[in-house]
Amino acid sequence: MSTTPVDTWAVDLADVTFIYPWVGWEGVMAIVAIVLWILWHVWQCRFENNTYKEDIEKHATSENLRKATSGEI
Amino acid sequence: MDTDVAAITTVFTEFYYWVTVALMFLIHVGFCMYEVGASRIKNHMHTLLKNSMLIPLVTITWFFFGWWIYWAFPGGPGITGGIGHPDPSFAEAYTPWGESMGPRLDDRISGVFWAAFLLFAWTAASIVSGAVIERIRKFAFWMIAIMIGSVTWSIDAAWGWHYSGWMVELLGYHDAYASGVIHAIAGGTALGVLIVLGPRLGKFAADGTPRDLLPHNPWLVCIGLFMIYTGFWGFYVACNVPVATPDFIAGQITGTTQTATTIYLTPTTLSAITMNFLMSLAGGMLAGYMVSKGDAFWTYSGGLAGIITASAGNDLYHPYQALIIGAIGTFLMYKLHYWVERTFKVDDAVGAVAVHGYAGFIGLVIAGFVLWGHPSSPYEGFAAINPVGNFVGAIIMFWVLGFIPGWILAKILQTFNLLRIPREVELLGLDFGSMQEADRARKEVTAAELAAHSSG
Repeated sequence: MSTTPVDTWAVDLADVTFIYPWVGWEGVMAIVAIVLWILWHVWQCRFENNTYKEDIEKHATSENLRKATSGEI
Repeated sequence: MDTDVAAITTVFTEFYYWVTVALMFLIHVGFCMYEVGASRIKNHMHTLLKNSMLIPLVTITWFFFGWWIYWAFPGGPGITGGIGHPDPSFAEAYTPWGESMGPRLDDRISGVFWAAFLLFAWTAASIVSGAVIERIRKFAFWMIAIMIGSVTWSIDAAWGWHYSGWMVELLGYHDAYASGVIHAIAGGTALGVLIVLGPRLGKFAADGTPRDLLPHNPWLVCIGLFMIYTGFWGFYVACNVPVATPDFIAGQITGTTQTATTIYLTPTTLSAITMNFLMSLAGGMLAGYMVSKGDAFWTYSGGLAGIITASAGNDLYHPYQALIIGAIGTFLMYKLHYWVERTFKVDDAVGAVAVHGYAGFIGLVIAGFVLWGHPSSPYEGFAAINPVGNFVGAIIMFWVLGFIPGWILAKILQTFNLLRIPREVELLGLDFGSMQEADRARKEVTAAELAAHSSG
């Protein structure tokens, strides 16, 4: 099942415009890409919040805070 | 490309912009080196990733809407024309599903031109990145990066860095190498964010006296700045149209002599901007060395500030003018940096607001006076360059499109507790967890190696 607009190079190149597959589906591809972009931010925001939470739970002891601020770590 | 001359011209132009993109990558390498060098060891990897990830995020959003904004809003809209003024076919072609947003054999320029503008967008966002190190959340910074990289810089470029921009037409605004449209807006945005974000813990004493949070690696900082100088060549060259005929420009120019032009399609030469780039760099470094009394960081930053100050008019200045203007901008931005720090308790970790924001603003104002009366455009009816137009333009760049959106977005992020990292994490360092993991892994490997050695 070919989806490319070019099925032969036996042509005058002056007549060739698009060379990528799925010509006519650009709007759908744009919507998919935009949705994926937004979902990435949602995931990243949650991931970052959880990372800070875990860091505080695991490492924020008074000894570690003292070492980190004094440059021992 | 059906004749040899047409083919050479087209491929030369395509290659010309492609080279600028490769060169401008070095700006980003430089910014990363510079920021990592300026941050403390406990924050290195976070600092690096915070900056690096603006590359994919600004790239995709520049594809989705940034490039379209540039072509949609030169008229305001509603000031000198509607959406797409003066030729709506461009805006239509550059929607995210537009016909010029994919490979086609009858359009060999759109892709490289899109990319050159994208690299400007990365630069604008990257300028803000350095100012906010060691306490901003990645999510927050990336939202700010998208705002300036794919929205506000694109609007300012449409208004003041387009051959039909309303600021050019009505104000006579002239900013050939982006003193305002990249640097002043980025400095203004950084200042707006910094005021909401607040200083790093320990930056100011209880009585308000600023403390130096010294760079972890001054060498890396300086080499990073050197790298930005290198990439700046690509930036300058990308601001030009390499060759244009009077027919192509379609303005008031008569005859058949072809020329390089600025983004406004006003004639200049590559030689002019090369001499002026170097002379303004020299003026900035000399002044930076003097005003900072030999401080390496401010001497290198002075070189950048010198170029940035002179950039608005470096298509037209005499090299002596570029030299002096670069020196003046550097002197003033240095003084302003410490005055703002002391007076308003603003912690600009790398001096980005000063080097880019103040120097860019000052450069626009100076260009308005020095270039007073020079035509801003090859088209009839456009205002000539003048002091008022460039001063108003500087306010629009730094305050209206820079400071205000930066402050508002930072306030929104702060409202949802998404702007600043937790206090404990800031004290521990953003890389504390991963550094502990790495330390544990190293100890395990060492123990395993010792065990193998003992049993062998």
